[in-house]
Formats: sequence, structure tokens, C-alpha cells
Amino acid sequence: MTTPVMPETDKTTLSQRLQIIQQLKQICPGEAVISSATGMQVYESDGLTAYRQPPLVVVLPETVEQVSRVLAYCDQQNIRVVPRGAGTSLSGGALPLADGVLLGMGKFSKVLEIDYDNRCVTVQPGVTNLAISQAVEAEGFYYAPDPSSQIACSIGGNVAENAGGVHCLKYGLTTNNLLGLEMVLINGDVIRIGGKHMDASGYDFLGLITGSEGLLGVVTEVTVRILKKPETARALLIGFQSGEAAGQCVADVISQGIIAAGMEMMDRLAIKAAEDFVQAGYPLDVDALLIVELDGPEAEVDYLIERVAGIAEDNGAVSIRASTSDEERAKFWAGRKAAFPAIGRISPDYYCMDGTIPRNRLAEVLGRISEMSADYGLAVANVFHAGDGNMHPLILYDANKPGELAKTEKFGADILRLCVEVGGVLTGEHGVGVEKRDLMPEMFNEIDLIQQQRVKCAFDPASLLNPGKVFPQLYRCAELGRIHISGGDIPFPDIPRF
Amino acid sequence: MSNILKPENSEQIIDIIKQTDRLELIGTGTKRNIGNLIVDAALVDLSLFDNVELYEPEELVISLGAGCRRKEIDKLLAGSGQQFAFEPPDFSHLLGCDHTGTIGGMVASGLSGPRRLKAGGVRDFVLGVHAVSGRAEKFKTGGRVMKNVTGYDLSKVLTGSWGTLAVMSKVTLKILPKPEMEVTLCLDELDNDQAVRVMSLAMRSSCDVSSAAHIPGSATMLRLEGFESSVRARVEMMKNLLKKFGDIRTEEQTSADIWADIRDVRHLSRDEKTPVWRICVPPASGAEVLRAIEDKIEAKAFLDWAGGLIWLEVVNHPADCADDIRQIVSHYGGHATLIRASTQLRKNTQVFQPQPKVLADLSKRLKQSFDPDNILNPGRM
Repeated sequence: MTTPVMPETDKTTLSQRLQIIQQLKQICPGEAVISSATGMQVYESDGLTAYRQPPLVVVLPETVEQVSRVLAYCDQQNIRVVPRGAGTSLSGGALPLADGVLLGMGKFSKVLEIDYDNRCVTVQPGVTNLAISQAVEAEGFYYAPDPSSQIACSIGGNVAENAGGVHCLKYGLTTNNLLGLEMVLINGDVIRIGGKHMDASGYDFLGLITGSEGLLGVVTEVTVRILKKPETARALLIGFQSGEAAGQCVADVISQGIIAAGMEMMDRLAIKAAEDFVQAGYPLDVDALLIVELDGPEAEVDYLIERVAGIAEDNGAVSIRASTSDEERAKFWAGRKAAFPAIGRISPDYYCMDGTIPRNRLAEVLGRISEMSADYGLAVANVFHAGDGNMHPLILYDANKPGELAKTEKFGADILRLCVEVGGVLTGEHGVGVEKRDLMPEMFNEIDLIQQQRVKCAFDPASLLNPGKVFPQLYRCAELGRIHISGGDIPFPDIPRF
Repeated sequence: MSNILKPENSEQIIDIIKQTDRLELIGTGTKRNIGNLIVDAALVDLSLFDNVELYEPEELVISLGAGCRRKEIDKLLAGSGQQFAFEPPDFSHLLGCDHTGTIGGMVASGLSGPRRLKAGGVRDFVLGVHAVSGRAEKFKTGGRVMKNVTGYDLSKVLTGSWGTLAVMSKVTLKILPKPEMEVTLCLDELDNDQAVRVMSLAMRSSCDVSSAAHIPGSATMLRLEGFESSVRARVEMMKNLLKKFGDIRTEEQTSADIWADIRDVRHLSRDEKTPVWRICVPPASGAEVLRAIEDKIEAKAFLDWAGGLIWLEVVNHPADCADDIRQIVSHYGGHATLIRASTQLRKNTQVFQPQPKVLADLSKRLKQSFDPDNILNPGRM
């Protein structure tokens, strides 16, 4: 098993562990501090289970004041802090540090206010994504972003990762559905940004904090926009003889001004695995399967189903089925939603990538992934948010075979390099975390990364919040202030990369 | 002020920043009079950054120089049946200028029109930016794809930063198809409270209302857009829902003009001497906020964003009324920006809503992280 190199452990902090535990217990009395090896075990990793590390200590505050005091204490004592929501990150965003306090926000689980007149909900960050939709379901509302982990992932974590889902092209990511935040800075200061109004004032801190992966502060309250559920939704299940034809169909749908609620593509391996697992009724003689969901008023949906079916036919679709009931629509989706566990059934392990590409490069990228797959001797199943270009190639491997995980990670990195090469990005919705940290220079040059880190310094001058994530190289803020770069020369070449 | 610099490429911007202490950035200068006064700064005119580098309609993406003229780009997009969904306003009526402005100005000001209610604001459509910071360093952020969480979203920070952080040379934006048709439903003679209730009710329906505005003493308007069959069906749904509030007119041919007038703030006067405020509040409190302000100040106003945006013209009010307005707005949660004002008033009043100290300090540190020597648009925000 490979382990990412993390910032050097602070021995002073380690030596003061018992005092730190005592102090934290004073700030958060009761059962809020967990320091036994067994108690901390569940916090050793997040959704990226390949990486594990017990934290220094776990603290689970209940109030904003406690969060503020914990952070202020850590700031004063120069102790690192790793914030954690529900721990579903797929990029190791909540991977603990041996010398870091793991700050779990699970006790912040209340829905604070539902305001239908302003069409927004204010919740504590530990509330799950799905619970927000459930809280407003009776009035026919819902919260749009729907990451596949929505039953478990918390809204605080969604903000930290800018979580997406299958409906992003039409309804946006977390950042597009957020109205307000309360956040505690590392020195314990509490800030409030936005509220129930549109267009928060001043610099767009909402936009900056969303997707900042726990490096800027700890979110303690979230206000999101809720939407009225569309009157109806229907889906098309379309089979093609090639990924290219399916990709062209997606492009044509969009060119004709149709923004579908969801457009998902699966390749032959993914189709077969999903069909074997849940018997969704997928055709098995096709190379690419497209699920197109359309939502809105009934008249619109019926009209668009016809039009999309026509476009699919023009692109040589070999099978087209339109759902006629919600049950049938759910069945179309069942296979796609079960795609990851379905792959888990046919392979001991799999590694999920998350690059986004310009859609018109799809055929080329799929072709090259398949070449690489042959070179590496590792199979790949492709699941793809086709509407927005977000790919999820799943590399099939067996961690028990010596060297296979390392080979898989190398293959994964090659796929992400390819995404960047064709004009795409390393991650569409899973975040950089520790997983893609060392690939950041593939997409950004030194100046781009340093500017991002300078912004980090504006929030966290001692780099105590979640260090070792996102950035491949740690600078001290004072150095960043003085650095002047010319001609792309790397400053401080002697600083070790980790 | 006599010194106007007209860089052609990023390297020249770098040189200018290295050699100058204070710079004011402009495209065509249409929004130059918005924001706190910038004094003694050399003018940097970015109109030569007018290259459309990439436009892929089927990918919903355009990548273009900050100096590109809005009017030309609107035309280019319309040619493929597309548009900026956030409806950037044209302030030529409000501010008395003869341009629509540039793409750079559109992004730097972060101002959106009536459809922001449904589609989101400028910040929701900026995918990537190339810029030069106040440190004279060329950097990029974001990308050209729809879904991207790689690194901090500095594109959003630059959007609406009024040129105080970096000189944007190139921006990449998400574009969307123009709806096939639009219809506006109008209800006459509602008072402000009734109007906000009607707009709220409409927004709570599944009719997918894209804009909702109220002109006091005139009409309350709801816009429905999309494919024809869908729009027609929703018009009927909406009529049914709102029939108890009075007769409902439908405007089809004039619908686009109705919303252009609201977007461009043509319901307020052209008189440069009267200050104009742009006030963002929780939508349901729009009427209440307006009443509280009108109790203290003689004003002409209208509501957009279902009550969440108040455009307010202060009529015949000799003293500075910023404190009164801000006190009321703060009470409801929101903020007020002075969009049109005399030089004198801009000198004496905070144009943007003052922030609590902790947030103001953070804003200052953010500014310093891009522009430590305060070279770019000094003092504007």
C-alpha cells in the first residue's frame, strides 16, 4: 500500500499530547474528546480507504463557541487541525495527521430554519445532503446537488468539496446553490457571509470557501437555496454501437438548446457489471449506453423526450426506450447508481478517477484510456457525467497482488494527465485532497499555485488547517510574501516536496 | 490622469504594474463612475484584449479577451442561438454613457439582470480567468470545462472584485441556449406587499418562473421562458394559480423589451444628479424594506428578483442618506451599493456596504495576497 508523504510531524505537539487532550476536554466537556486507539479507529481514513492515519486526538464540538475555542487554542499552541464532516471524501480530504487534532462536525446536525417564502434552508454543517431535501419534501421542494453519497455526506463537507452529482449541468454544483455561510477562522474569529439574499456583498468569499477542502476555516452554518420539484421527470435509455456516437448525440442535444437534467454514459464493461448486479434491463449488445433525464412541466418533458429520441436515432442509436412511469425511470437509473458497487463485485478493488474533459474530446480520450489499459494490463470501466464532461474511469485491480496498487495509481495519474492535456482538469467533483495533490503542477504552474497559497495565508497564516492537502509544496506565508518569480523559475528549489 | 496606457499583451501589463504606483483599469469605461473614487492613478485601457480565442457552441463555452465589446459578443452568441444567461445589464441609460461595456467590465463588476433569480449570477458562469496580479505576476485559475474543483475557485473571487485584485486579460465563460420563446404575465394595480406575495407564490410553484419584478404604480410581472409547448402550459398553470389577484395580461411580443428595461434600470430617471442605490435583501422582505426606506426618504423605486433586488432613486433628498438606508437593510440582512452618485457624494459615502471588522480585515488580507502595494484600482472597494 502506498502512503502519501505528509508534512513532517511536529515532535513538540506529539510530546504534549496529554496536555492537549486535557485542554480540549475543558473546552468540550463530556464525551466529546476521543483519544483511545480503538475509539479513534473509525476516523483513520475517509472514503479513500487506501490511506490511513490515526489522528493525535479526535474532538467533536457541539457549539460554535466550542469550535471557536478549539481553533483558537490550536492556533495559539501551533497545533494542526484536520476538519471532518461525514468522512465520505474520495480524495482523502479528511485524512488525519499524526500530530493533528481531528475536528469532527458530526454533532452539528440540526436543521435551523426552513423559509419557503425566501426558498432557502439554514442548517448546521453535519446535516446530510439528503436530509435537507427530506426536510422540505412535504412542501414539494428539494435541494438540487445530489452527490452519490448523499445519504451519508454532510452539507458542511459538500461545501468544503463543492460537491456535484448527476444534475450539475442544469442545476449546478454546491457553489451555485449556496446563499450564506457562517465560518470559524483558525484564530477563533467567526465570520458570516451572505444570508438569504442573492449576491453576497464584497469579495466573493462564498465562492472562495466552497471547494477549499477545509484549508480556510471550519463552516458552522450553511444556508442553501431550495427548488420546487419539477412537475414531472422522464428518462431515455439509449444504446449506441460506439462511445463516439453516444458523445455526438450528447453534443447534438445540447446544440439544439436542450439542457437535460442529467445525461449519463456507461461503457460496455460498466453496462455489463451493472446489469449483472441489478438487472436494470440494460441492452448488453451495445458499446455505450446513455441515460438522458428530462424534467419540468409535463408538456415540456413529453415534447423533449420525442426530440431527444429523434436526435438519438439520427446518431444511429440501436435501442431507445423512454420511461413511462417513475418506477421505470428509477429502474433505468438503478444500474447507473449501482455502477460502482457493481464493479466492486467483479474486481477485488477499483480506483475511481474524476477528471473533466471538453466533451468533444471524449472519443479520443476513451481511445487512449483503452490503449493505456492494455499497456498497464489493468481493465477500466467508464462511467461518465456526459452532459458536463466529468469522467469517472474505474480502474480494476487487486490490492493483494504485489505492486498492483502502485501500478494502478500510476495509471490513474496518466489518465488525469491526459485530461489536462486535452484541455480538461484533474478533478470535477471529488476534490484534490491528498490523492491528486502531487498532480497539481500538471495543471498549474508555480505562480498559479503560489497565488492560491497566498490566498490561504490570508485565512491561515501558520498553515495549521488541513496542511498536506491540495498543495504539493508547503511554503511559509512569510516566504510567499517576499517571493518574486520571473520566467517560471522555481523559487526555493531546495524546499522538499511531499 | 493624462497618462493612458494601452497594453496589447500580458507582458506589457506586467511592465506597467512594475513601473507604476497606482493604476485605474478600464475597458470602455462605462462603469468607471461606480465605486469609491480612485485618485491620481494612471489609466490602463484594456480594449486591445479583444480576441475571441475559442467559441464552441455545442460545448457551451467561450474564451475571450477582457476587452471584447459586449455588444459584439452578444451578437456572436445570438448567431448560434445562445446568450449569457445571467443577463448582464447595460447601464447606458442609468449612467449616461454610449457603450454597453466590455466582457472584462461585466465580470469585474459581477452585475446580473432579472434572470439571475433562476439562472444564477455572473459568478456562476465564469469558468476560468487569466490575469496579472498586483504583484506583476501572470497567473491562471479555473479552466474551460463545466465541472471543476481543482484548487481554489479564484475565478469567483475575481468576479465582482472591481479590478482591485488583478488585471484580467482573458476570461472563459459558460453560455446557454436562448429560450425558444418567452411570455410575460402582468398583474396591474397590486400594492408592493401584494406584489411580493404574488411573486413569492409564483416562485413557490413548479412553473419555473425565470424573472419576477414589480414596478410600483404600474405592473407586477412574471416571465416564463423555454420551449413553446412548455411555456404555453405554464402560462395556463400560472393564470390559474394567480386568478384571485386580479386580471392577468400576457405579453408575448413585448416580453423581451419589458425585461431589458428592468435589466437596464430604465424605470428610474436619467438624471445624473439623483443618487441610485442597488439593494439586495431576502426576497420576501422586499416590500417591507422599501416601505421602511420610503418612510424616511423620498424615493422612486422598483423591485426585481421577486423582491430580492431593490433599485432605488433618491429624489429630492439633500443630505447623505446612506446611513439610514444601510441601517434598514442591515436589519433585514442584505446590503446596499451606491451605483450612481455625484463625485462629491462618492467622496463622502462608502459606496459598498461596510463590513464587520473581522470580515473587513479578511478582505484586506485577501486584497494584499493579490496586490500588496495597493496598485490596482486603489480604494475603489
